[in-house]
Order: sequence, then structure tokens, then C-alpha cells
Amino acid sequence: MSGSFQAELVKLVRRPAAWLLLAITLVLAVLFTYVFPYAGYAAGTAGPNTGRGLPALLPDRLVGNALGGLPVFLGAIVLILGVLVVGGEYGWGTWKTVLSQGPYRLAVYAGKLLTLAVAALVVVLAVFGVGALSSALIAAAEAQPVHWPGLGDLLIGIGAGWLIATMWAMLGVMLAVALRAVALPVGLGLVWMLAVQNLLTAIAAPLLDWVAQVQKGLPGPNAGSLAAALGASSDTPGVLSTVGGGQGALVVAAYLVAFAAAGAVLLRRRDIS
Amino acid sequence: MNLPVQTVGLTKRYGGLTAVQDLDLTVRTGEVYGFLGPNGAGKTTTLRMLLGLVRPTAGTVRLLGRPVGAGQLAEVGALIEGPAFYPYLSGRENLRVLARYAGAPAERVPLVLDLVDLAGRAGDRYAGYSLGMKQRLGVAAALLKDPRLLILDEPTNGLDPSGTADMRRLIRRLGAAGCTVLLLSSHLLGEVEQVCDRVGVVSQGRLVAEGSVADLRGTVGLRVLAEPLDGAAERARELVGADRVRVVDGALELAVEPDRAAWLNTELVRAGVAVRELRPRERDLEQVFFELIGKETADVR
Repeated sequence: MSGSFQAELVKLVRRPAAWLLLAITLVLAVLFTYVFPYAGYAAGTAGPNTGRGLPALLPDRLVGNALGGLPVFLGAIVLILGVLVVGGEYGWGTWKTVLSQGPYRLAVYAGKLLTLAVAALVVVLAVFGVGALSSALIAAAEAQPVHWPGLGDLLIGIGAGWLIATMWAMLGVMLAVALRAVALPVGLGLVWMLAVQNLLTAIAAPLLDWVAQVQKGLPGPNAGSLAAALGASSDTPGVLSTVGGGQGALVVAAYLVAFAAAGAVLLRRRDIS
Repeated sequence: MNLPVQTVGLTKRYGGLTAVQDLDLTVRTGEVYGFLGPNGAGKTTTLRMLLGLVRPTAGTVRLLGRPVGAGQLAEVGALIEGPAFYPYLSGRENLRVLARYAGAPAERVPLVLDLVDLAGRAGDRYAGYSLGMKQRLGVAAALLKDPRLLILDEPTNGLDPSGTADMRRLIRRLGAAGCTVLLLSSHLLGEVEQVCDRVGVVSQGRLVAEGSVADLRGTVGLRVLAEPLDGAAERARELVGADRVRVVDGALELAVEPDRAAWLNTELVRAGVAVRELRPRERDLEQVFFELIGKETADVR
């Protein structure tokens, strides 16, 4: 298992697409959380987020700001990463190459999951890092006092972010194993995250009570609730307090395990052709 | 003794389609075994079952005396259905990654690269390799664990003549290395004839013949060019029996052991026949092959 984990780690670190995804994640996080709101504030333009004003951009709001993107947009990128790590083996036909070397299928799979969990942590830490830098710069530019969140809050925030990001990565893994490809799982995963989830929340749930109830059990709204409970602004798409933060964390964790387990069952049973 | 490869009643069905049926395959220690069959005969499916990539519908597989399955491939190396590697890694990095999965020491990587003549290009990205280099890297990956049993599926498929010659040279060298048992699948008769000790012919998922190349050809006799042909035929009938003599395309074909050639020559010359040519007649392996798979096809229909 440790050999498989090391191999997966090397494959991911050497893969240009992985770094591209990380770069896009960070650029999006900084642009939408800090640059655009700050530019709007500086220009005095009225817009969807102007009500939040300068205080929302300062270091003491770091945890909420860093978590805001994960329920939908940054989560979608982590989902793509999950698909790439597993689906690439189908696309390149490398499952047979790897498994002919003799490792157990589930050892290779576990190595992939562990690598993705590490990658998700790196993504979340990087988002927190660029967020801290951006907010410190804004505070300096506006001559505002710098108050950082407490260490406990910071750790809980990073833990929650990691939980949400890893859950989306596992959804990508499960889709890649189920569909034995890269393109289709990415497409379907993104349609679910970017379109279906938002349509359910914005259109179906207000109309039908049972949809609103079902929503409370879906991964997106629970991730959104967890982020909201830790201070993410509900102006961000996908961030909405439909359930409590504790329940959100539990449901997200349950989905993480369920996606990983479903992928494991499928991978173990099927022929590698 | 533990046979390198032994399958009993190996069967794989995909829905209504039977890809491999009741296959009993035995590869012995110290031999290069050719697994011969036309495309789609079930060769690759069989090899995938040997490696545990495909689950048999019925039957058993033992490699080096052990039941098969992932985690049981300690002394087995394989290249199945064309090479597949990570295009963004170099040849060397690909092998290092695979060595980690295999639990093989990293020191094996330069050794196997050297063995397949890729040491000079090992730092280049795999995506830029020619097909011949990709195939050789595939063989290198199969050798990472210093295997006792090496399984190569169509290793010359798609290669140009010089790539093919390189690959055959490599295979012969591996075969000559001794301790390695080679199971080589191919749809190319010439290849199997050149490198294999024993051959199994598979058609429509079933093993239709097994034996040495010479066995498969069977014996066969002598071909004689002589003048006058009629006189030669008449004398030959007296010597070996009329039912053993045929006149084909202006030559005599005699169903006798080739070592009777000298005696036959003497007798013909004594009878006043001028013998221009006298040589053993072997059946072409290709002819044997088509007879085998043709017959099988007819049986199945």
C-alpha cells in the first residue's frame, strides 16, 4: 500500500494538469473573494456584494472567505482532480500496466484516495494562504488593523474545507470508476455541481416542499451549510444555511465514505479490459 | 514440480459470446511457448485471465504453482496488448513509478532500460517515443521484477521491420537467458516459428493443437525432381509402394522418412533415372495453421 501511495504521489506531482488546476483554483479564489469585491468597494460601485463592505475582506474573516468557494466552484475543480487521478488510468489503458506489476487493486485504489486526500489538503491550505495574503494586503492598503482568526477557528476551518474538498474528489473518483473514462465523468460531475444543484436550490426547492426536504440530504447543500456555519457569506452561490453546521459536517463525511466505498466495490468486481 | 503456467477448463463468457472455452494450457519450465491464433481468437482474454485482470467464468489458473490473482504475481512479468504508460513522464520515471507498485528495487530500472536498449532515451517523455521504443519500454516494465515467467502479448504488433527484428532479437536473448519462461502470443507464424519451442494454436477460444513446431508440421517426406518423370515415378512405386507416391507439379512427392533419401537416390540412379533434386518436404506452418483453424471453424458451424 505504501508503495502504491508513493507511486500515486509521484504521478500526481509530476502531472502538469494537477498544477494547472491548483493555479486556476487559486486565481479564482483570489479574484472572486478579494479582487472583484475590493475593486467594487474602491470604485464605490453598487453590486451584489457591496453590502458586505470592507470588513468582509479583512483578515479576521479569513475562514469564511476561504471556505466560500468550496461548496460549488472550487469543489468542482477538486472533482475534476479526482476524475483525473482515477480516470487517467482508463484513458491511457494503464490499469493493466500497473496491475500486471502485482499490487492488489484495492491497494492501488487506497493509494489514489490517500493521494487525493493529501492533494485536497494542499488545495485548502493554499486557498487559506492566498486568502491570508490578499486580506493582509487589503488591510495594509486601507490602513486597517490586522486581526487574525484564532488558531482553533483556523484549524476547524481548514478541517471543514478539507472535508468538503475531499468529498468532491471522491465523487470524481466514483464517477471515473463507474464510467471508466475521463470526459464523461467530468462533464456529468460539473453538470450536477454547477447546474442541477443550483436549479434545485433556486427553482425546485421553493416550489415543492419535498424537494426542499430532499435537499437537506444532498452533498452540496450540506457542504454549503457547513461553510455558512463557519462564516462563509451566503452571497456566494452554494453557501446557504439549510441545515446546521454539525449535521453538514456529518453528512459530508458520510458522502465522502460512501463515494469512496462505491468506487472500491466497482473497481474490485469488474474486469480490466 | 510447479508448472509455470497451468490452466484447467478456463472459460470466459461475455453474455452470449464465449471468448475462451475449456482451455487447458500448460507451459513447462525452460521453454518459450508460442500462443498462436488469429486476431480475436481469445489470446488476450486468456492472458488477462492469467494475470487476474479478467475473472474467468469457469476453470482455474495456476502460475508458478500458485493460484492466480493480484498480489500473486511476484515472479511474473507481463506486457499485455500493447504498451500503456503515463505520457507526461519519461521512460525512466514510468519505470520508477511501476517499480514502486511492484515493490521492486529502484536499481532494477537502469538494468532493464539497458537490457532493452533504451538507456540513451530514458530521460525523454514517453509521449515522444516511437512505437518500437514504447514496445521495448513495455518489455522493460515486464522485466522489472526479474521474473521467472514472462508473458508477452503480440510484442511485435505494429512494429516496422527493423523494430520487429530488434524485438525478436530481444526475445531470443531473454529466452537464451535460461531461467525465464516465456509465453509469447502472436498471430504471426514466422515469429512463432523463429523463437518458440512449443506452440499452442487457439481458434475461437479453444486450443485446437499443441506441440513443437516440428510436431505440428508433421513429417512428411521427400520431394524429388528427376528425368524422365514417368520412369522415376514407376521405379519409386516399386520401391516404396504405389500409395506413397504422388506426382505434383512436375515433381514426385514421396511419403517416406527423409533419412531414406540416399538410398532412394541410389536406387533411382541405378534404374537409369537422372535425379536433379532431392530434399525433405515440410509442410508450411502457415498451411498447418489454416488447416487447423479452418477445420475448427467448420466444426463450430
